[in-house]
Amino acid sequence: MIDIANTKINFLKSRIITFIFSSILVVLSFGAFFVSGLNFGIDFKGGTLIEIETENEIEIAGLRDNLNTLSLGDVQVQEFGSKNNLLIRVEQQSGGDQIQQNVVEIVKNSLDSYLSSEVNFRRTEVVGPKVSGELIRSGAIAILAAVFAMLIYIWFRFEWQFSLGAVVALIHDVILTIGVFSITQLEFNLPIIAAILTIVGYSMNDTVVVYDRVRENLRKHRSKNIIDLLNLSINETLSRTIVTSVTTLLALLSLFIFGGEVIKGFTFAMIWGVVVGTYSSIFVAAPLLNYLDVKREWNTTSAVDSTR
Amino acid sequence: MIYFSNTKILSILLVIFIALMFAVPNFFSKDQLNSFPSFIPKQQVNLGLDLQGGSHLLLEVDTVEIIKERLENLNSDVRRVLKKNNIQYSNFKNTEDDLKFVVDEFPAEIQKEILEISVSNSQNILQMGDQTNLVITRDENQVSISFTDEFIKLAVTNAVAQSLEIVRRRIDELGTREPSIQRQGSSRIIIQLPGIDDPDRIKALLGQTAKLTFQLVDTSTNYDPLNPKKAPVGSEILPSDTDGSFKYIVKKRVMVGGENLVDAQPGFDPQTNEPIVSFRFDRLGASKFGRVTQQNVGKPFAIILDDTVISAPVIREAILGGSGQISGGFDSEEANDLAILLRAGALPAPLIILEERSVGPDLGADSIEAGQYAAIIGFLAVIIFMMFVYRYFGFLADIALIINLFMVLGILSLFQATLTLPGIAGIILTIGMAVDANVLIFERVKEEIRSGSKMINAVENGYKRALSTILDANITTLIAAVILFFMASGPVRGFSITLAIGIFTSVFTAFTFTRLLISIYAKSLKPSLVGMKIND
Repeated sequence: MIDIANTKINFLKSRIITFIFSSILVVLSFGAFFVSGLNFGIDFKGGTLIEIETENEIEIAGLRDNLNTLSLGDVQVQEFGSKNNLLIRVEQQSGGDQIQQNVVEIVKNSLDSYLSSEVNFRRTEVVGPKVSGELIRSGAIAILAAVFAMLIYIWFRFEWQFSLGAVVALIHDVILTIGVFSITQLEFNLPIIAAILTIVGYSMNDTVVVYDRVRENLRKHRSKNIIDLLNLSINETLSRTIVTSVTTLLALLSLFIFGGEVIKGFTFAMIWGVVVGTYSSIFVAAPLLNYLDVKREWNTTSAVDSTR
Repeated sequence: MIYFSNTKILSILLVIFIALMFAVPNFFSKDQLNSFPSFIPKQQVNLGLDLQGGSHLLLEVDTVEIIKERLENLNSDVRRVLKKNNIQYSNFKNTEDDLKFVVDEFPAEIQKEILEISVSNSQNILQMGDQTNLVITRDENQVSISFTDEFIKLAVTNAVAQSLEIVRRRIDELGTREPSIQRQGSSRIIIQLPGIDDPDRIKALLGQTAKLTFQLVDTSTNYDPLNPKKAPVGSEILPSDTDGSFKYIVKKRVMVGGENLVDAQPGFDPQTNEPIVSFRFDRLGASKFGRVTQQNVGKPFAIILDDTVISAPVIREAILGGSGQISGGFDSEEANDLAILLRAGALPAPLIILEERSVGPDLGADSIEAGQYAAIIGFLAVIIFMMFVYRYFGFLADIALIINLFMVLGILSLFQATLTLPGIAGIILTIGMAVDANVLIFERVKEEIRSGSKMINAVENGYKRALSTILDANITTLIAAVILFFMASGPVRGFSITLAIGIFTSVFTAFTFTRLLISIYAKSLKPSLVGMKIND
């Protein structure tokens, strides 16, 4: 039986250390982003992606050399889940949208003549320069819009101090997620943007639960020192934070392990986001309130809350 | 608060029952469903192209080309007016968005005549009334004529609508299964083709504007590949369809065009057994065609498709019946496609393929299987974990979770929303997050018990206190889902849909169904049922 009750962990005691830790991670993320950048998939970079399946195992190096003689620029070939499944990526061709269409035919013809066994084309994606440019823009706008919407929502429901703390934690999570994709060089494509938006929602969800309790305790214990009060709030919600994180991670891990190759990057981003989001609501969002001079005298008649 | 009136209980159960009814068809095959009585819903979840296999194409109408073509037409109109009125002009040229020329004098009545001609020329194509569609500016002797913004907008809208219709006709001719062809934004067309994973033929069909013209061959000179010269005035050099190095010199004047065709059918030439396309003109086309062939017996007549000469047979005798045939060394599939293109009509402007995403049926089936597998395992893991932590209450939350999943499926089926692979991920994420509402409530209940409340009061207060937290927490996730819905298209949009539905159903079940279950046993509730140690 798990019962995380009456914990009295002093989360804020090590707040300087965790702040430094978080700052290092943020700086590291920025560093990786500016040094190696993101490994954009064709959604954002344009180009052609073909997934094939063959009966016999294919020698990748030979196939790669063969495809690189087609003068289509850089052609990448990699294993995708199993030895019989390959992913072929061809970089965007210069000369506009219409030109990209020729690539598929050239590669397909070349594969048919190079490989002796039957080739099953499982997936073909061609994204032209116009669309990839738009996707990158709308992805960035969506993330900014989500963060901004959270800022406004929390401001309405709480006070600006909470809103600021929550958004700092949120930006921390987004930066760390982009950072982990820069460091690992995992492919960054459209579903990853969806994952980041979900992380924004999840991290906020976690933070709101802690903040709700902080607000309640601010009313309940008017004379309590703010650090003790924040510690109390985190401890009181700790059990919920852990249970929900565990159930969410259980579901996501199952998806990561059994859900197939296509969705792996997306699931990885979300698992990372849940871990980071949980961490940040305890070690970033809550401790920040200590520095943001939260209002102690809540007007209980006007505050929107069901607790008394 | 914990007790429910009978009406409430009934309505909760009814909502759940209806959702279940809509979820049930997904567990049966289409044939089994047809044998069910008619009152049972039969809609199944609509699978996205990434799950059922198919092809998605995003096309754009080349709007620059539309304006360019209109300017070219305007060019000859303006020249004619100037010549008729004996106005000397020089440096006449077309730019991307206007016509330029130099004149010594440019009287107002001539300007008026140009405006009138332009309006009457576009009248039959675009409904724009007597409104002028040109902007004429004059700087010293330099004149510039361009179209008004309203006209350009109208011409583009019109061309896109026309393109949409022609794309639809071409695809329908191929007999594809349930194609979806939609306009997106001002100049784009989205085509979804379920069951087609190699859209090469469709791409080829859509890649041609299929502008057919009949023009006379200029016999005054011959094209010499070793010594290429400019074509004589009024003629142009066009490549041959069959022989890459050979080029024709044809007169620019279009004698008859594809817009006068009423029918085109593939067939075989009875003598040579070669694939051909036979066509029939409407009355106007037939009389034009008759006149031209009558006057030009013995001369070659070029059949031109998209600026390429398909063939240039010599006219043996006047063709007055209004029908003819094209042979050009193509195979029977090419003849078939050409007939489709001619029947469906020419596109007003070229279509550019911006994006293609095709998924084979195998990958789709694999994704469904993997998704189901992941959902079941994830579901079992969460169920066991919840029972481990919250004991009896955990068990109730698990029942609610099952109902939740059925409701998500039911709502997806009811609204015929599209389920995609990321959508399945959204459902699995919901499995993990749906218990959160119950977790928040149970934790509150535990706290109440710890602070000395009686079990039944603890439950009541737990629900009351957790409400605002649950709403706040779920609204944030919902905001993210809504933003994603508006920003994304295709498979990713499916994720935002299942995520949003999951949020609604989980909050709904936590506050109705689980609460109802708990209220039934309210009197016999013990702290150990929430997973608390007795001595806690």
